[in-house]
Amino acid sequence: MMNVPALDVIELKKTYANGVEALKGISLTVAQGDFFALLGPNGAGKSTLIGILSSLVNASSGDARIFGVSIRSQRSTAMRLIGLVPQELNFNQFEKPFDICVNQAGFYGIPRAEAARRAEKYLKQLVLWDKAHDSARALSGGMKRRLMIARAMMSEPRLLILDEPTAGVDIEIRRSMWKFISAINAAGTTVILTTHYLEEAEQLCRNIAIIDHGRIIENTSMRRLLAKLDVETFVLDLADPVGALPELPSVQLRCIDELTLEAEMARGHDLNSLFAALSAAGITVRSMRNKANRLEELFVRLIERDEAAA
Amino acid sequence: MSANLIALGTVTRREVARILRIWTQTLLPSAITMTLYFVIFGTMVGSRIGEMAPGVGYIDYIVPGLIMMAVITNCYGNISSSFFGAKFGHYVEEMLASPMPGWVILSGYVAGAVLRGVMVSIIVLIISLFFTDIHLHHPLITLVTVLLTAVVFSLAGFVNAVFARKFDDIALVPTFVLAPLTYLGGVFYSVNALGTPWREISYANPVLYMVNAFRYGLLDLTDVSLSVAFAVMAGLAVVLAAVSLYILERGIGLRA
Repeated sequence: MMNVPALDVIELKKTYANGVEALKGISLTVAQGDFFALLGPNGAGKSTLIGILSSLVNASSGDARIFGVSIRSQRSTAMRLIGLVPQELNFNQFEKPFDICVNQAGFYGIPRAEAARRAEKYLKQLVLWDKAHDSARALSGGMKRRLMIARAMMSEPRLLILDEPTAGVDIEIRRSMWKFISAINAAGTTVILTTHYLEEAEQLCRNIAIIDHGRIIENTSMRRLLAKLDVETFVLDLADPVGALPELPSVQLRCIDELTLEAEMARGHDLNSLFAALSAAGITVRSMRNKANRLEELFVRLIERDEAAA
Repeated sequence: MSANLIALGTVTRREVARILRIWTQTLLPSAITMTLYFVIFGTMVGSRIGEMAPGVGYIDYIVPGLIMMAVITNCYGNISSSFFGAKFGHYVEEMLASPMPGWVILSGYVAGAVLRGVMVSIIVLIISLFFTDIHLHHPLITLVTVLLTAVVFSLAGFVNAVFARKFDDIALVPTFVLAPLTYLGGVFYSVNALGTPWREISYANPVLYMVNAFRYGLLDLTDVSLSVAFAVMAGLAVVLAAVSLYILERGIGLRA
């Protein structure tokens, strides 16, 4: 059964009642055990795709199979295999985290004693156990996000879908959440992630699909995608305010502020000529770093290319 | 125990927990309203009306109708507000994204609403014992009538909740449909006291059959045929259940 993909999306289309064509025939495969990034700008169709996979949205045509089980003809069986952490908070804020988790397990037919055991296990792992019997509305934003992860884990799904799970969460909690999700993935759960924090997708995910205007515009391994990046940008912190910038044939220099420059150049281009030209222009560089993350640059280029093609 | 039975128990338990958590909104209002009805219509007005049948005073006569009124409004209100609240707060998605089939979700919500109807009817019955001296003449008919009525109005409340887009939409039907049907359903009077065409028009009101079947169970008095009354209640329950299941299976109003 290892050769059966965790997710096999086949020509999935969705046109909403108002005529908006959110998905234009998407096909996608996610292997078992993968940590998969599903990226795209707002309104690209990610949430529609996730909505169809979790049976919250009806597909117009096509199908998706979860470990070989069709979500259209065997909905109940397929749903037993999926755990969903949605983008928006969708639990009853008047209930207690422990009850929310136990009820979730009940919806999946898990006996109450086992549900209570799992609720304790996952609420403890996500550092929510001391809040387990408080009202959910009293939780902080980060706690509410972690509660939704704990809730999704109650059925111990083979495929966990996380739709923007770290939106609005501070860096410390975000890191602890990724540690937990990475451990779940290492234990064998296939993870599909959408996020706007692209550096996280770059660090965590092994494979990636980029969706735009309801179509997949890139679907490859993270390594192959990053290898496509043919330019690098460096940020240079200067000792003194900069005046005129030197002209360099293969380096594009931009002034960010009077003490900061950005240098964009072809990957593998030697840095000596850059520093020589800067020295000749009387510019002293105090420090240098690689700008932001590579995936973000690629993502923006791919989306811009798709916009131009459209 | 099968997965569906566990899921059904979970939905029902959650509904009952909600009813008990907000008991001042779910159980107390009926107790107060019905006490006022007994005091005003039963004791003050009723003492001037006299007997509705040999040995049956006015206050005894209205007890079945008042209990049914409480059952109808509570069952309808419970499921419409609870399910609409789940839609409004998006936590209906917990159930829609789960393996639960539509009939389990519907049965759980209906069971919760019926249990609230039964709880409220017991409360009102206990209150009525302070004002009247009624006896159960036909316990089985009384029980079946309460349960069928509760199921019918729970299902109607569910349909209302699915199509409601704002909280106003779940208040419209109780105000403009349920209240007139209930007050004109023979709660406070015998339909035989009405002239033509009002008596004939009253027979088109399903609440009339529910109130009279229940009155027969408690007082051995009825204005309608019992077989017709049960056919009306069972027919409505079947039609509304079919509509509700169709809605859930197709995701109408629930899935985009």
